[in-house]
Amino acid sequence: MSTDTAQEPILQITGLSKSFGAIRALRGVDFELRRGEIHALAGENGAGKSTLMNIIDGIFLPDSGEIRLDGQVVTIKSPAMAQKLGIGLVHQEIALCPDVTVAENIFMAATNMSRAPLMDFAGLQRKAAEVLGRLGDIDPSAMVRTLSISQQQLVEIAKALTLDCRVLILDEPTAALTEREAAILFKIMHRLAAQGISIIYISHRMVEIFENCDRVTVLRDGQFISTLKVADTTPREVVSAMVGRVIDDLYPPKQRSEERSDEIILEVRGLTEARRFRDVSFQLRKGEILGLAGLIGAGRSEIVKGICRLEGEVTGEVILSGQTLALESYGDSIAQGLVYLSEDRKGDGLFLDMSIAANVSALRLRQIASGAGIIDDRREAAQALRLGARLNLKHGGIGQPVSHLSGGNQQKVAIAKMLSVDPKVIFLDEPTRGVDVGAKAEIHRIVRDLARKGVGVVVISSELPELIGVCDRVLVVREGRITGEVSGAEMTEDRIIYLASIGSQRRQVA
Amino acid sequence: MTDDPTTPALAERSDQTAKRGPWSIAGRALRMRETGLILIILVLFITMSFASPYFLTWTNMRAMAMAFALEGIVVVGMTILLISGGIDLSVGSVTALAMVIAGLLFLNGVDPWLASGIAIVACTAIGATMGFFVTKVGLHHFIVSLAVMVIARGLCLLGTGGRPLGLFTLPESFKFIGQGSIGVIPVVLVVFVVVVVAFDFMLRRTTMFRKVFYTGSNPRAAAYSGIRTKRVIFLTTTLCSALCGIAGIIYMARFGSAQPTFGIGMELNVIAAAVIGGASLSGGTGTILGAILGTILLSVVSSSLALLDVSVYWQDIIRGSILLGAVTIDHYINKRRG
Repeated sequence: MSTDTAQEPILQITGLSKSFGAIRALRGVDFELRRGEIHALAGENGAGKSTLMNIIDGIFLPDSGEIRLDGQVVTIKSPAMAQKLGIGLVHQEIALCPDVTVAENIFMAATNMSRAPLMDFAGLQRKAAEVLGRLGDIDPSAMVRTLSISQQQLVEIAKALTLDCRVLILDEPTAALTEREAAILFKIMHRLAAQGISIIYISHRMVEIFENCDRVTVLRDGQFISTLKVADTTPREVVSAMVGRVIDDLYPPKQRSEERSDEIILEVRGLTEARRFRDVSFQLRKGEILGLAGLIGAGRSEIVKGICRLEGEVTGEVILSGQTLALESYGDSIAQGLVYLSEDRKGDGLFLDMSIAANVSALRLRQIASGAGIIDDRREAAQALRLGARLNLKHGGIGQPVSHLSGGNQQKVAIAKMLSVDPKVIFLDEPTRGVDVGAKAEIHRIVRDLARKGVGVVVISSELPELIGVCDRVLVVREGRITGEVSGAEMTEDRIIYLASIGSQRRQVA
Repeated sequence: MTDDPTTPALAERSDQTAKRGPWSIAGRALRMRETGLILIILVLFITMSFASPYFLTWTNMRAMAMAFALEGIVVVGMTILLISGGIDLSVGSVTALAMVIAGLLFLNGVDPWLASGIAIVACTAIGATMGFFVTKVGLHHFIVSLAVMVIARGLCLLGTGGRPLGLFTLPESFKFIGQGSIGVIPVVLVVFVVVVVAFDFMLRRTTMFRKVFYTGSNPRAAAYSGIRTKRVIFLTTTLCSALCGIAGIIYMARFGSAQPTFGIGMELNVIAAAVIGGASLSGGTGTILGAILGTILLSVVSSSLALLDVSVYWQDIIRGSILLGAVTIDHYINKRRG
């Protein structure tokens, strides 16, 4: 491709504004996408990225401003029209039909537009296998319900790839992917870009932006801040532009050597669940943050949910401060002080349509109620305010429904809910997923603060830099077993990936 | 970065919200709905008192109060069940079955109070059975209650041979709960007010019923908060049938007979009332007060249409349209707010 066409803008947006009631989601935003470039769109949650993308995809109509595609002014009235114009959007949230095969999901749009009265299942399977072949090992005839989240994400991407688009928008596509799957996705992105397809890539992860994108546009509070060439800027500069201030320390300081304690808060011995994990044993010391690393599907969440008795028929011992616990349900676990922060905040972490206060008190209603079980509104409010202030929760009143909060603040409500019972051990499953940079740093600090106050903390994260930055020690899980442990200088991405994918004992060709 | 967790701005704002309490926003929205319903009911009242000389008479008021009071008891059960995420189509049949069971026992020489107790227990057992099929077997409320609706109706017809049971010998003391008055207030209305006030309070303030909201709002999040959601659903399902049993007994006392075909189509009225009052079929929202206002509205409309000599067939069409209109308005209000 010549430099000429590479410089040519395919999508030009000028002065785009959109309000929802009193909220001005976009204020005169400019954006330019060139042919064959990978253009990152960065900004905190609530900065207007999603609104902008939804306008480009025809889900919303702008209040004012102009969109030019190939120099022609266009009004994109619906996603179907966006598709016809060659714009494909992969949403962050998965929107597949769970009871239909992978192949049929991938070609849903094509089927919708097809005039043939009968479904050509064999053809679909064949074509789906072709597209999927590039992405990873997924059976086109499998029901989507049976796939893992990361596989479903790949199906979403495959779906967009079949649409023959000129502009492909990927909204945080790697949020649910493992490093390896993400690497494959990036390779595909580069190949598509080389074919002249322009990609808008939305992500919070600076590493991904700086390794894969050509330019980056930053939005803040609905306004255009800057468009920079990635080669001419630094992650620090982009992050500062996003939050409007300098973020100096992404991770809080680790445990100091004099803080190290031999006191064991939690010990797990021989935890086994028939199908998903075997013989899991580890110790959690007072004041430390223990990480669990592993590929998606390795069984990290399952182990932690097993300890808390959230799911599965589990055998093995859970010993809290020297006492063996007899846990039968998650209710017992909460009563003993073991709490679990779900990785799926919207799905099973929060009551989105209920108030902040009602969310915070859900784990132990009895402590805001009288002996007769009558809730004291003032005690409930006081509890929510106290924990909200402790976590620096930004809200418009604790009676506000949680759905009105940003991702970071929703996560703080979920954490406040855990803290309401004064837990002894807190298991955090992907605590910063879908949370913006500022809130992420705050959550990291909260987690360190908890450990310092003597709460046992176990963190699961698919983001290795986060695990390495936050944890004092990391256990690596592979195929339902703990296959390694790293701490101190040994805690590197390479080492963890090695242990997670190949294992400690035998070397295998993956 | 604001390290200090108690920045003045936040602390100040928090103070205000502390005074209003955690339910302030939800409360305001509900008050809006409830005020709206009350206004509509008032407008209807005023219009009707001009349109028909019979509307604002003691007899008509009493008849209307009786109608919504008894149905209102069932509405309470349905609302709670809807909040927990369930639904019950069998309410009409189960109400009739309570009458039939108590009536048959009475005709066979059982004391009417004891017979009523047995009938209510039987209805509760039916609710528990539905709860079992929903929570243990894992079937959908809709299907289970549809089946029970048909079965219970069949039992009514089987037990009575399809004919109403005349219970002329019911003692006056028993008929009192359905027909009597305390001063000028019908006993039925008293029972209804007690049920409504008690459940309204419990639903808003007790930990037990807060769990009903959690479960309906997001069952998985509720389970992940240590709440035994299946038990909650089992209990709300059982409670709804138990309240049908109680309503059935009062109906029997009022009619002095047990009618096997009573309550056909009642489920639609009851669900409509709850939904007009703000309950959602997807669970997690609803109030007793709203649902009761919904019941009153529907009952005033029925009474008005009857007094205006509107054909019965039109009445159904109008009632259905009101439901559709209420839900549509609701949908748009929610959309704008979200």
